[in-house]
Amino acid sequence: MSTALQIEGLRKSFGKLEVLRGIDLTLAEHEVVCLIGASGSGKSTLLRCVNLLEPLDAGRIVLRGEEITAGGVDVNVVRRGIGIVFQSFNLFPHMSVVANVTLGPRKALGLSKSEAEARGDELLERFGLAEKRDEYPDRLSGGQQQRVAIVRALAMQPGLLLLDEVTSALDPELVAEVLEVIRELAGEGMTMLIATHEMGFARDVAHRVCFLDAGVILEEGSPSQIFGEPKEPRTQQFLERIVRAGRL
Amino acid sequence: MSTAVLFAIVAVAVVSSAGWDEVKQAFFSRQEFEEAFPDILSAFWTNVQIFLVAEVFILVFALAIAVLRGLPGPVFFPLRALAVVYVDLFRGVPTILVIYILGFGVPALQLPGVPIEPLFWGVVSLVLVYSAYVAEVYRAGIDSVHPSQSAAARSLGLTHGQTLRFVVIPQAVRRVIPPLLNDFIGLQKDTALVGLLGVVEAFRQSQIEVAASFNFTPYIVTAILFIALTIPLARFTDWLIARDKRRQQAGRLA
Repeated sequence: MSTALQIEGLRKSFGKLEVLRGIDLTLAEHEVVCLIGASGSGKSTLLRCVNLLEPLDAGRIVLRGEEITAGGVDVNVVRRGIGIVFQSFNLFPHMSVVANVTLGPRKALGLSKSEAEARGDELLERFGLAEKRDEYPDRLSGGQQQRVAIVRALAMQPGLLLLDEVTSALDPELVAEVLEVIRELAGEGMTMLIATHEMGFARDVAHRVCFLDAGVILEEGSPSQIFGEPKEPRTQQFLERIVRAGRL
Repeated sequence: MSTAVLFAIVAVAVVSSAGWDEVKQAFFSRQEFEEAFPDILSAFWTNVQIFLVAEVFILVFALAIAVLRGLPGPVFFPLRALAVVYVDLFRGVPTILVIYILGFGVPALQLPGVPIEPLFWGVVSLVLVYSAYVAEVYRAGIDSVHPSQSAAARSLGLTHGQTLRFVVIPQAVRRVIPPLLNDFIGLQKDTALVGLLGVVEAFRQSQIEVAASFNFTPYIVTAILFIALTIPLARFTDWLIARDKRRQQAGRLA
């Protein structure tokens, strides 16, 4: 199986706070990896580093054989191939749904308006959002907004999708519709790196689960191993807290 | 009601004052009013033109300054510094001095190809001064757009410039329309300062009329014309602010 993403010795600090303290992680093509861990363990920062939204302090990231953290790499070109979906959706409030979805293809990929809209409409149709194409984001439910955000990322036809706690800002009854979309993408073989608090979902959808603790990957393994028989005491404690909270 | 009472008291105090009859004759002469009005009105057209031309340049120029000031990275430090110096300078110097210095100074240099018309330099002065204020208004608007909006745009592969143009500035401008209009109300009045260079606009025309008749009524004519121009814009600004407030409240309820 060929390698999609390779992260080596990634370190990142904000001021004196060292958020990532040496991350090594490899994703194979079509692999779905879930990052779990407490808030502040570095999951979001790791995803933002992979998308080059945060500069690294040390380490390197290789995407399909090309080191994207090397000097002279055009970050705008790299980002076209990596989709990211944020916890708080971050849709553009002054644009209609279809304008949100087609902005990247039109401006970053140089597609014509009609080409971009054809691509966008097809995706909106597929994810049950066709009738919302001309609405503005504030007229949509949280679940619909997040699905639009996913479609916006997919419209760039990325080879890697990063999902940053995409259901954390949603009301409980809206979580399922978003997770369903992600399941569908996993089923189609989309390579995904997913930071999540939804342990049940991680167990279902992930090929591999990584437990982040204090800026390092403390433990990784198959979902059944991590959730069934975690080796590290910190992992056990974390999962016990999750179970007690009724989230697993 | 209390407002009406207050106005009534002030009016009675003014009208019953010892010098009222003389002031009335000097400032509120009906005959002088009617004689001065047509000339001042046609001169006032110059103020409107100054305002309209300056406004267009200010909107564009100020945005450029605000964008320069927000350029990221050490490479652009000189441009950022230039923008800061510009804003500090033109917010610091009184408008009347800028108009005198440019309006009398630059033509006196007798540089070939450089305009010498006072009207030109008056408009340039207003553009320079007001751009400094408006650039700060734009900057406040740009800063008010949450960084997650830029992150979302950059994550799609848009450049810094594309992110500003398609995502940040459209949202920023919407938010700062009321303060922008407020600055333009100030600009409408300050067009009178161009008259100091000898341009015959409403204020200069009224000075000419006063000098001819030794009656101050033309000043009142000019004041009324300025009020007639600024009040509609002021009410429009109020209306926009009220509308935004309603929308925000509606958004919170939704």
